[in-house]
Formats: sequence, C-alpha cells, structure tokens
Amino acid sequence: MDAITFFQNCVTGVSLGSAYALIAIGYTMVYGILRLINFAHGDIFMMAGYFTIFAVSSFGMPWYIAILFVILVTVLLGVAIERAAYKPLREAPRMSIMISAIGVSYLLVNSATYLFTGLPRAYPQLGFLQKVFQLGPVSAPIVTFITPIVTLVLLFVLMYLVNNTKTGMAMRAVSKDFEAAKLMGIEINRIITITFVIGCSLAAISAILYFSPRPMVYPFSGFMPGLKCFVAAVLGGIGNIPGAVIGGFIIGLAETFLVAAFPAMTGYSDAFTFVLLIIMLLFRPTGLLGEKIAEKV
Amino acid sequence: MPMDFQYKKLSKKTKMILTILLVLGCVVLTYMLDQGMIGTSYTIRIVRISVIYALIGVSMNLVNGFTGVFSLGQAGFMAIGAYSVGVFTIPFESRANVYYLVPMSEKIVNVELSFATALIMGGLLAAAFAALIGAPVLRLKSDYLAIATLGFSEIVRALIANNQLWPITNGSLGLKSIPGYESLFTPVLISAAGIAFMVLLINSSYGRAFKAIREDEIAAEAMGINLFKHKEMSFVISAFFAGIGGGLLAVHLTAIDTNQFKIMVTYELLLIIVLGGLGSVTGTVISAFVISFGKELLRWFDLPHYIGGWAIPIFRPGLRMVIFSLLLMMVVLFWRRGLMGRKEFSWDGIYNFFRKWPWRWRKLVRGEYKIENRERRKTQKEGRAVDKAGRAAGRAVRREEKQKQKEVDSNAE
Repeated sequence: MDAITFFQNCVTGVSLGSAYALIAIGYTMVYGILRLINFAHGDIFMMAGYFTIFAVSSFGMPWYIAILFVILVTVLLGVAIERAAYKPLREAPRMSIMISAIGVSYLLVNSATYLFTGLPRAYPQLGFLQKVFQLGPVSAPIVTFITPIVTLVLLFVLMYLVNNTKTGMAMRAVSKDFEAAKLMGIEINRIITITFVIGCSLAAISAILYFSPRPMVYPFSGFMPGLKCFVAAVLGGIGNIPGAVIGGFIIGLAETFLVAAFPAMTGYSDAFTFVLLIIMLLFRPTGLLGEKIAEKV
Repeated sequence: MPMDFQYKKLSKKTKMILTILLVLGCVVLTYMLDQGMIGTSYTIRIVRISVIYALIGVSMNLVNGFTGVFSLGQAGFMAIGAYSVGVFTIPFESRANVYYLVPMSEKIVNVELSFATALIMGGLLAAAFAALIGAPVLRLKSDYLAIATLGFSEIVRALIANNQLWPITNGSLGLKSIPGYESLFTPVLISAAGIAFMVLLINSSYGRAFKAIREDEIAAEAMGINLFKHKEMSFVISAFFAGIGGGLLAVHLTAIDTNQFKIMVTYELLLIIVLGGLGSVTGTVISAFVISFGKELLRWFDLPHYIGGWAIPIFRPGLRMVIFSLLLMMVVLFWRRGLMGRKEFSWDGIYNFFRKWPWRWRKLVRGEYKIENRERRKTQKEGRAVDKAGRAAGRAVRREEKQKQKEVDSNAE
C-alpha cells in the first residue's frame, strides 16, 4: 500500500467511523438510561435515509430545509416509538422490553418494504455535499471531509449539555440509579424523551452523512450499521459518550483497512466486528472507557 | 350448582385415553392430508412449515424460555443444518447444473448421503459450532449475549456466501434441486420426536436446573448448579435441533440461499415463542401453527382489491407483513404472557376451563365483571392522580429553586 492509498483509506475510514460514532452515541445513551439495547435504532437510521429521499426527490425541498425536515421527522418517529413501545413496559422484566425493541425493528423494516418497496432507491444529491474535493493527492466527496468535523462539534456540544446543564445532570443521575433519581423528583419520562430526541437527531444527521457518498438506500441498509454501532458502543464502554465515539472510529478504521489490506477478506469484514466484540467482552467487559460496575445481588 | 368453583382433576385413566385419542387423531389427520383426502397441496405446505417451525421454536424456547439465556443465533444454526442437507443430498446428475459457475469441490462431488444421515450430520455440525462459540459467549450477560449470538448468525451467513467456500456451498447462488418430501409423515415424525426429546429433557433433573438458572443465577449457583455446564448444554442441544429444523426446511423449500437465513427468521421465531409463551412447549407448538396459518390468511391483504374498477391503493404487496408485525407488537405490549404463559397444555386445564363457564356466566349476569373493572379503573385513576401531584410538586420545587437562585444572583449584583 503506497502513501496515497494509505491517506485515501485514512480519510474514508475516519469518515465512516464518525458516522458510526453518531449512531453509537444514540445506543449508548439509551442503554445508559433504560438499560435497553434499542434494536430499532439502526432502523430509525434507515428511515432517516428514506425521509431524505422523500424530502429532496418527492417534495423538491432545498437541501438545507430537507436536512432540518429529516431531523424533525426522525425525532418524531423515535419519540413515538418510545411512547408506544417502551413506555408501557417500564416496569416489565428486561427481556420483555428487549423483545419489544426487536418487534419495533421488525415492524420498521416491514413498513419500509411496504411503503418504499424492497427495491433499493437512489439517494439524491444534497447541495454541495457530493461534489468531489481534492485535498493534496487525496480526492473524495466533500461530505467525507465534513463528517469527522460535524461529529466532533456535536460531541463537544453534547458533552457540554451532559456535564454542564441541569438536564444533563438529571440524565447522569438517571443512568446512575433509576429509582433514586425518581425519588429525588426527576421527571424520568421527560429525561427519557430528551434522550431519544438527542439519539434520533444524531441518527438522522449520521444517516445524511453516511448515505451521501453511497448510491442506494434499501429496507435492510440500517441493520448492519446498527449492529456495528452497538458493538462500537460496547467497545468504548457502554453508557460512556466519548467511549462510543472512540469505538465508532476504531470500527470504521479497522473495517476500511481490513478490506484495503486484504481484499480477499471483504466477505469477513462484518464478521471481524463481532470477533472484536467477543474478544473485548471476554477481556475487558466494561469497554475501553467504562467504569467497573459492582454486581448487585 | 355449588356456590364456589372447585378445581377437579380427571382420573389418570381418562387422561391416558384422551392422550391416545389425540395422538391417533393427529396421525389420522396427517394420513388424510398425505393421501389428499382433505386439503390441497397448499395446506400440506403450510402444515409442513408449521411443524418445522414448531421444532425450531421449541429448540429456541429451550434456551430463551427455560434457561433464561437470551440467544438470537437460531438462524445461523438453521443455515448450517440446511446447507449440510442441501449440499449432500443433491443428486449427482443435477450437481453440474447447480454448481455451474464454480465446480463442486473434488472431495465432496462424489459424496451423496441419504436424507437421514445428512440431517443428523447437519444437526451435529450446528451443535459443534454452538459448543465452539458457546464457550466464550455464554459467559456474557444477557444483552451482550444477544448481540454476540446475533453477530454469530451473521458470521455464518457471511462464511457460507464467501468465495473460499464457494466450491462447497455454491456461495451466493444458493442451492437448488434438493429432493423434496415424499410424504408428510417425514417432517411430522422427525419434528415430533425432537420435541418429545426436549420435553423429556425439560422434565428431567437437567430441566429443573435450567429453570433454576432462569429464575435466579446466583441462587442456582449457590445450590451447586454448574452454571456454565448447564447453559452450554441447553445451548448445544438447542442448536442441534435448530440444525435439524434447518435441514427439514431445506428439503421443504428444495432451493435455498443465504438470504433465507437472515436475522428476520430469528425475529419471527422469537415472536412465535413470545406469542406461545416463553417457557411453554405446547404454547410454542400451538403458536407455530397459528402464525404459519395466520400469515397465509393475511395474504389477502397483499392482493389488489377493487371497488367498482377502482383499485384501493393500500392493498399492495407488503401490507401483510406490516399487519402481521403490528399484531405481534400488540401481543408483546398488551398480552405479554402469550397464549399459555409458562403453563403447559393439560387435560385437567381444558376440563376445568369448560367446567368454569357456568360460574363465569353467573358473574357476567350479576355484573360482577363490571364492578371489578370499575374498581380497577378507579385505582388506576388514583395512581395517575398521585403521579401527577408528584410531578407538580417537583415542578414547584424547581420553580422555587430558580426563584431563590435569581434572588441570590440579584443580591450578589
């Protein structure tokens, strides 16, 4: 691999990793607060892809309005899912709420197949995002260069929100101890809604960034990124926001370089992520940045 | 009529006779279907898929419902079983046709196994894989285990479709010309034997250990149950029968490819066992039939319908699955127990269910249900009022705090 290919792969890997990081934040926040793997998160991401197609191709919105529209609709979808499918099961055993999440994922994929047909749909041009940009010897669509910047900016905003505001403090309290937070007068449902709003808007932004350099969206296109981002969240230490970002970068870079270095291994690139997960869970189950949690009896 | 309802048990002899009658009834029904006396080839197809799903469903329930280990790897084990049967039962003369892009590997091109051998080999292969991945994965906690097993089933799919295995599995082209069933009895008997084996296992001391693990891992460990050994055992046996089920499915479909073992299959199975009741074998069997037949009935929604020449736009392919998944969401949300909960089908249960009707009827006539419902609603309403008051109090406290903060700020200025 020569230097130019190396840099080209670096750019692609970092960009892919940042898109993963944004989704992983959604997983990690919901898990931190509800102790639930939101299986539907990847499918919400996929729906955001379809919303963009509709906003731009069918309604003919300009790209900046389309982006706002997509974020809004995705957030509404996510909050509606939380209200309808997770809220009634708050007191139920963990397994029930997980099954409910799987049910939602199943419903979203089936609805997408029904509404938009199972055939892949072409992703529209979004303003200047897909124009090819030359940075030294490396050339890629502008969106590839923007993605890491957007991710880092959003990460800092989010960290400020979590560490320095009252809502953020309430969120941290709920993720530490659900019951105690409730007794301290924190409105649990409001905090959970805010968590979903943040998670879903990040998923929507990530969908725009992720699908822009790719040609197609189809009903299953959210599944693999969804699983990988959950792995990223676990890798960084679940419940930990900077951890999720680091995990996302690791997975994105590892995947890109694995395919670039061993083209014969392309079929295994998905498998590699899970091998990484199993190794990680065996040797450091709390993730890279996670804290050790004492087991309660 | 006595005043209070009393649970009465049937004598052992009656129950035995009823069970024999039920089994005979099933055999006769299968025979009639097989001979074409009732139903069509379409009905036979649905019955076949139902019994196959019943077997795989029970195998999944063994791990998820009885051992309390949330595993989502069933589709992967099914794929292993299906491909073992597929690869080795395609007749010699059609092999060149199936493997037209990459010729079949020299080592296996002259190996053709009988259906039974290939099926058992598929099951054993799936079990071996389960043992291999179980060792690291089963030490994980519930959610991590779900993701790891989900990932495993995707890895199996990727491996099967991979270039290196192309001479064996025919990669993404899939396999076809697998000889189909000659008789409906083959899948029915194999499935019944598998389920019977799992029932015996669940009722044995191993089964009691599984249930103990499900209820409380730490307590079970304290009682001297080897957690890992029992989890691994349940996982491997479940994978074995999922492999067998996958093999049966391959013969049922006669053409398979890796897309048929996507994660959606596992989700569907999960919803089958949830509808039947996590921890109920008979519930799973009933719900496998209900769901397989229900999905076919819902096919009506996929067809175009017209009102005086005008096509109603909502009826188009895909609506069926949306309605199906909505119905299942309803079950998950409002009927969490499912059809059977953790109970099993029993003659005593059926007998008392019907005996209880006069009492239910009397309760209905007297309006006691209405009173009960009214009281339940009243308590719910009170509960909501308490919650609301609590929230209001919280808001008041926060407002006060803000006010104080402001005062402090203005004083500081």
